[in-house]
Amino acid sequence: MDFDFEKPLQPLRDKIDALVAKSRRGDPTAEAALAGLRKQLAKESASLYARLTPWETVQVARHPGRPTARQYAEKMCDEFVELHGDRVCADDPAILGGLARIGKTRFLLLGHQKGTTTEERIACRFGMANPDGYRKADRLMKLAEKWGLPVVTLVDTAGAYPGLEAEARGQGEAIGRSLLVMAGLKTPILSIVTGEGGSGGALGIALGDRVLMLQFAVYSVISPEGCASILWRDGAKAPEAAAALRITAKDLLRLGVVDGIVPEPEGAAHANPDRAIALVRKAILDNLADMMANAPVGDRLVEERFRKFSAMGKFDPKKAVKA
Amino acid sequence: MGWFTKTTEPREQAALPDLWHVCPACQAHVFKDEWEAALKVCPKCGHHDRLSARERIGLLVDPGSFREFGTEILPSDPLGFSDAKGPYAAKAAAAVKKLGTSESVVVGSGNVEGTRVVLAVMDFRFLGGSLSTGCGEKIALAIQHAIDFNRAFVMVSASGGARMHEGILSLMQMAKTCAALQRLERAGLPYVSILTDPTTGGVSASYALLGDVNLAEPGTLIGFAGRRVIETTIKQKLPDDFQTAEYQLEHGFVDAIVPRKELKARLAQLLAFRMK
Ligand SMILES: [Zn+2]
Repeated sequence: MDFDFEKPLQPLRDKIDALVAKSRRGDPTAEAALAGLRKQLAKESASLYARLTPWETVQVARHPGRPTARQYAEKMCDEFVELHGDRVCADDPAILGGLARIGKTRFLLLGHQKGTTTEERIACRFGMANPDGYRKADRLMKLAEKWGLPVVTLVDTAGAYPGLEAEARGQGEAIGRSLLVMAGLKTPILSIVTGEGGSGGALGIALGDRVLMLQFAVYSVISPEGCASILWRDGAKAPEAAAALRITAKDLLRLGVVDGIVPEPEGAAHANPDRAIALVRKAILDNLADMMANAPVGDRLVEERFRKFSAMGKFDPKKAVKA
Repeated sequence: MGWFTKTTEPREQAALPDLWHVCPACQAHVFKDEWEAALKVCPKCGHHDRLSARERIGLLVDPGSFREFGTEILPSDPLGFSDAKGPYAAKAAAAVKKLGTSESVVVGSGNVEGTRVVLAVMDFRFLGGSLSTGCGEKIALAIQHAIDFNRAFVMVSASGGARMHEGILSLMQMAKTCAALQRLERAGLPYVSILTDPTTGGVSASYALLGDVNLAEPGTLIGFAGRRVIETTIKQKLPDDFQTAEYQLEHGFVDAIVPRKELKARLAQLLAFRMK
C-alpha cells in the first residue's frame, strides 16, 4: 500500500493475493473469481482516485515511483541524445536535456531529473536545480531555436535548490534569465508538469506556449508545508494550505494556467509507469503536431506567448477587493 | 499588589521614540529629524532603512514631475483565500486603506534630472512588497507605457517574493513581467533595476536581476532562498555577508552599490548614455 487513503482497497487486495496463491497451487476455481475481483479493485481504485483531496494529490505527485525525466527520455523516445553543460561552469544533473525523436517528430527535451536510485537522487539533489541547470536549459533552448526544433519541457521539482553555491552563482538571476529567454524564443514550447510543479524552480522551464499537467500532478507558488508554516504558523496545517492554494490540475485548468490535463493510468502514474509514459508520449505527439501546423512563427509566436501570460491574473474591477 | 509596587518595575521608554530614532543595525539613538534629513540613513553606521514607495519616488524624480497611473488596479482575491488570520481580501483591502497605494507597487512617469522615464517602485510595507496579480499587472502596464512612449524603464524592487494568497496566479506574474521585459528588450529600450532591501524570492527570480544595469543600495538583502531554509538544507552556517548587496557585487550580479544620497545622480548619469 502506497498511501493511507488507499486503506479501503486493502481487503480487496488481500483477497486477490490469496486467490493468486490458490490459483498457483493449481486450484481451477480461483481463476474466474480473480477476474471479477480485479475488475472490482480497478473500479474502486478509480473512484478513490477521483475523490482525492488536494493534500492526497500532493502525496501522489511526489511518489518516487512516478516516471522521471530520464525514464521518459529513454522509454518514450525512439532516440535520445543527451547533451551536457551550461558552457559557463558546470553540468547540472538536476536538469536533463537532449535531442529527442519520437517517430518522425524531432524536438529538444528538457526536464527536471529527480533520479531513481538513492545515489542518483542525491547526485541530482532530488530534482532541485542549481543556476547551472537553468543556464543549461537556456543554452539548449537557444540551440533548439537555431536548429528549428520545438522544445518540450517536463516539470517535476520541489523547487530550485536552496544552497550556498546556488546563491553564489545567482539562482535568482538564472531563473529570471530563463524566463526572459523562454519569453523570447522563436520556436514552440510545450511544457508538461509531470509531478511536482514547485514554485519558481518549476516555472523556470515552464513558460510554454502550451502548458499541460498530468492528472495527479500539482503546481504551486509555494509548498503546502511552507505556506502552512508561514500563514498558519504550523507546518502540520499543510492539508489546509494545500486546499486553499488551489494546486491540482483541475484547479489550474479552471484558473487558465494550464491548457489541458494528461490522463494517468488507473491508480496513478506510479501504479503503471509504462502506461503513464505512453500517455505522455501521445500528448506530446498530438500537441506538437498541432502546434507545428497551426502555431504562428517568429515574432508572432513570441507575441502570442506574451499575450498568453499577460492574460493570467488580468485585472478585473469586478473582482477587486473592496477597499 | 499595591499601586506603589509599580515603581519598582522597569520604566517604559514610551517618551523616547518621538524625538529619537533607534538604528536597528547599530542601536545608536539619533535625532529623528536629522535621520530623516539624511534620507533615513543612519549617520553613525550608514544603515539604509526601508523607504515607502512615495518616499522613494520623491528621492528619485524631479519635484512635481511624477504622473502616477494604474491606480485603478487594486488587489484581487482570485482563490477566495483564507488562512488562520482570516480572509485575504480583508487583509489586502486594509493595506490599500492604510498605505494609500492601490497595490504593492506604485507606477508612473517622471523626470530624473530632466530625463523622462517610467518608474515602478515597490513598497515593502504593502504585504511585504509581495508580487501579486495586481502588482504584476501594474509592472507590465508600466513596461508597456515605456514602450509606447519610447522611454527608459526604471524598476525599484523591495519584496519578500510572490504573494502566496493568490496562489499559482501570483507565480505567473513572474512569467508576465519577464514576458513584458522581453518586449522592452525587443524595443531596444534601457532597463535600470534598483535593488533595495529586501529583494528576495520570486522577485529576485524574475525582473529584479535582469536590468541592463543593476544597482543596489548598501547592505541590501538580495537572494532567492531564505537564509534559514539554506542553513537547514546544507546543515552549515552561512557567512555573515551572505546575500548582501556587497556579496552580490563580488559575485557579479550587481553593477554597483550606490548610497541613497547618490542614487538619483547615478541614475541620471546612466540615462545620459542612451544614444537612441
Ligand atoms: Zn546605525
